[in-house]
Amino acid sequence: MERIRVRLHYGADVWQLSVAVAAVVAALPVITILGLSFSPAENIWPHLIETALPRYVGNTLILVVGVGAAVFLTGVTTAYLVTTFEFPLRRQLEFLLLLPFAFPSYVIAYLYTDLLEFSGPVQGLLRHLFGWELARDYWFPEIRSMGGAILLMGLVLYPYVYLMARASFLEQSPHYRDACRLMGRSHFRTFLFVSLPVARPAVAIGVALALMETVNDIGTVEFFSIQTLSVGLFDVWLNMNNLGGAAQISMVTLTFILILIGVEYSGRRKARFYQSSGRFIPTERVALAGGFKWGASLLCLLPVLFGFLVPMVVLVGNSVAYFDQSWTPAFRSYAANSLFVSLTVAICCTVLAVVISYTKRLHRGNVPLALSRLVSMGYAVPGSVLAVGIVVSLGWIDNSLDGFFRDRFGFSTGLLLSGSAFSIILAYVIRFMAISIGNVDSSFSKVSTSIDMASRTLGYAPFKTLRLYHLPLIKGGALTAVLIVFVDCMKELPATLLLRPFNFETLATHIYQAASDEQIERAALGALFIVLAGLIPVILISRTISSSRQLFQRSG
Amino acid sequence: MSEGANSPADVLFTVDIGRLSDLKNAGLTQPVGSAALDQNIPSQMRDADSHWFGLTSRARIIVASRDRVEKGAITSYEELADSRFEGLICTRSGKHPYMVALTASMISVHGEAEAEKWLAGVRDNLARKPQSNDRGQVKAIKEGECDIAIINHYYLALMLANPEQKPAADSIYVVFPNQKDRGTHMNISGMAMARHAPNRDNALKLMEFLASDAAQQMYAELNGEYPVKSGIPLSKDVRQWGDFKRDSLDLGDVARHRAEASKMADRVNYDG
Repeated sequence: MERIRVRLHYGADVWQLSVAVAAVVAALPVITILGLSFSPAENIWPHLIETALPRYVGNTLILVVGVGAAVFLTGVTTAYLVTTFEFPLRRQLEFLLLLPFAFPSYVIAYLYTDLLEFSGPVQGLLRHLFGWELARDYWFPEIRSMGGAILLMGLVLYPYVYLMARASFLEQSPHYRDACRLMGRSHFRTFLFVSLPVARPAVAIGVALALMETVNDIGTVEFFSIQTLSVGLFDVWLNMNNLGGAAQISMVTLTFILILIGVEYSGRRKARFYQSSGRFIPTERVALAGGFKWGASLLCLLPVLFGFLVPMVVLVGNSVAYFDQSWTPAFRSYAANSLFVSLTVAICCTVLAVVISYTKRLHRGNVPLALSRLVSMGYAVPGSVLAVGIVVSLGWIDNSLDGFFRDRFGFSTGLLLSGSAFSIILAYVIRFMAISIGNVDSSFSKVSTSIDMASRTLGYAPFKTLRLYHLPLIKGGALTAVLIVFVDCMKELPATLLLRPFNFETLATHIYQAASDEQIERAALGALFIVLAGLIPVILISRTISSSRQLFQRSG
Repeated sequence: MSEGANSPADVLFTVDIGRLSDLKNAGLTQPVGSAALDQNIPSQMRDADSHWFGLTSRARIIVASRDRVEKGAITSYEELADSRFEGLICTRSGKHPYMVALTASMISVHGEAEAEKWLAGVRDNLARKPQSNDRGQVKAIKEGECDIAIINHYYLALMLANPEQKPAADSIYVVFPNQKDRGTHMNISGMAMARHAPNRDNALKLMEFLASDAAQQMYAELNGEYPVKSGIPLSKDVRQWGDFKRDSLDLGDVARHRAEASKMADRVNYDG
């Protein structure tokens, strides 16, 4: 046994060592940014503070508050309706409300622009009906605006809140509500003063996750010309050619993210306190009557209609109409790139997650746990910020390695890591590790430790125990992790845009490019691929929807 | 750029004088001595130290609605800031390299203070928040969102060749600005040899080919650009817009004012 389990002199083993290495790699980009932001080549900070930075921060704040309100209202209302009341189509809507998850926010932004801009079908019909000719002949809300961005992002991000709130409402003891109703309070007051406060921590987690996605977005805000922090980062890096300035903006973005992590973390702590104890008591749903009944159906139908059905119809329509122009050898190579990168990352993440989870099981100390948390932090770092950190750290590693080999052995190793698909893969792995760790952790937690003990008593080493007993048992969770990470990689845009090597396009960057060329219809086929892939995790989530444990992981 | 000496690239291509000079300033290029390049590319279209070479040049033109803007109503970049045109002008982001280069040329000609006043004036005349690309501005004129826009000339050539976009391109007419004084602002697309080019000989052959008659003709024909080599026939649409006076301002000058121009766009909140 000791032969296999390589002991290092200070008592750590290969398991712990792997976790430590993973944690260092995951933390490297952020550490690099910290270093760079204090020593930029040209200090653009004074200029930014004086001019654009307040705008970037202000717009990001407005966007975050707006999207926060939108996802809160939509997510909580729909979750409360489907858990508390009985109304037509309730069972179907309970699942359908998850569907908007499948749309990346930039795709829905491009689609609605196509639909609602001047030359789109909606305004075309209005002009036809009323005999208007030019944009100045009538007023129509501008879709490319802050309001448009808030609405559209809210439409695809509310499922985070819906999922968390729904689980929480289901888990709440109905006694609270019954007591309140017995005292003669209305349904609304019961919701406001009992159900909602109890669900608050869970809702806060959902909102925080949705807002992390909001801060991460580049496709929507750039297309709508809203100057947020991510747009600023792109401008300072790509147009002003100042990577140090980009690192400084990254620091501001990370401050936003830290606040969100704080909200999420305290939510998770309180959620355990409020909800994990106690027996699950099935709730009787209150049957709604008359107008209320249909009102509830309609309220739940709206987000599904605008967040999924309408964009899906436009997407399928455009995909069919422009199929010949879209289905080209170039397109197939973008799809192949997307598949290759996403699959590689999904497998890497899951294997790493198994190593990390298993290490936590082998060593019940605080160190593996803390390191695993550190690795999981990547999900909160916006893709563009991650890209800055990775470009700088990989370039440094490559050139140091090369210098070392030249000095010592007289040959050049060249660029091993930078400027290749590797940097994209690394970015994705760091960003999506949390998903795989969450899923694999939860699978492991269902495996009784007596299995470990029995196996070790038989003299099996940890690796053999993992292979023989754990892997078959956690297969389901691991596969879920592979799928969800795969889909998130397919959607990823900001890091891919900044890190892709020359002549390397993925479906996501292809869609972005087509949209910036104002040829949105050409992007439809690629977007359809991504959305169809995005339905996979939605279906997975819906299958495990009543299991609260699953719901506490981030997904989609 | 972090790739340093290990970059696998031989020849770097990019559009915009600013990006070309960025490459040189960052030490990513090397000087190239070639009689063929020097002969085919006029001196104002290449770097004085032979680091970068222009391949094509493009005019930043003004386009105006045929229906709503009288011919001759606008003839210069300076007039874009004229309050006559309040609420009628569309441009892309003021931080886009093409707009930055135009602002930089205004700084070269008028000095910083005047140029900033000009940029703020154009901002006040905008019909909508800067968005979309050059083609999008032409579309916006067709749709009546604005009457006047600034675009690179070849986009119009490309739109005329595209049946879906032709109606928009047909709704505007072309103005080559500043014909009575310095001429129309020109920018270039260009190439440079990577500092650590692994295949130097082949790289040079490629660069010389791209400056030859055959390749220059292709640039003119396929992309509607002005070839840098003289005597190459222009594409049909571009030819019919006729000859015009080009601003002979040194592109190096434009490149030098670029950082200031970009900051200026932030200061006047052009994109706000």
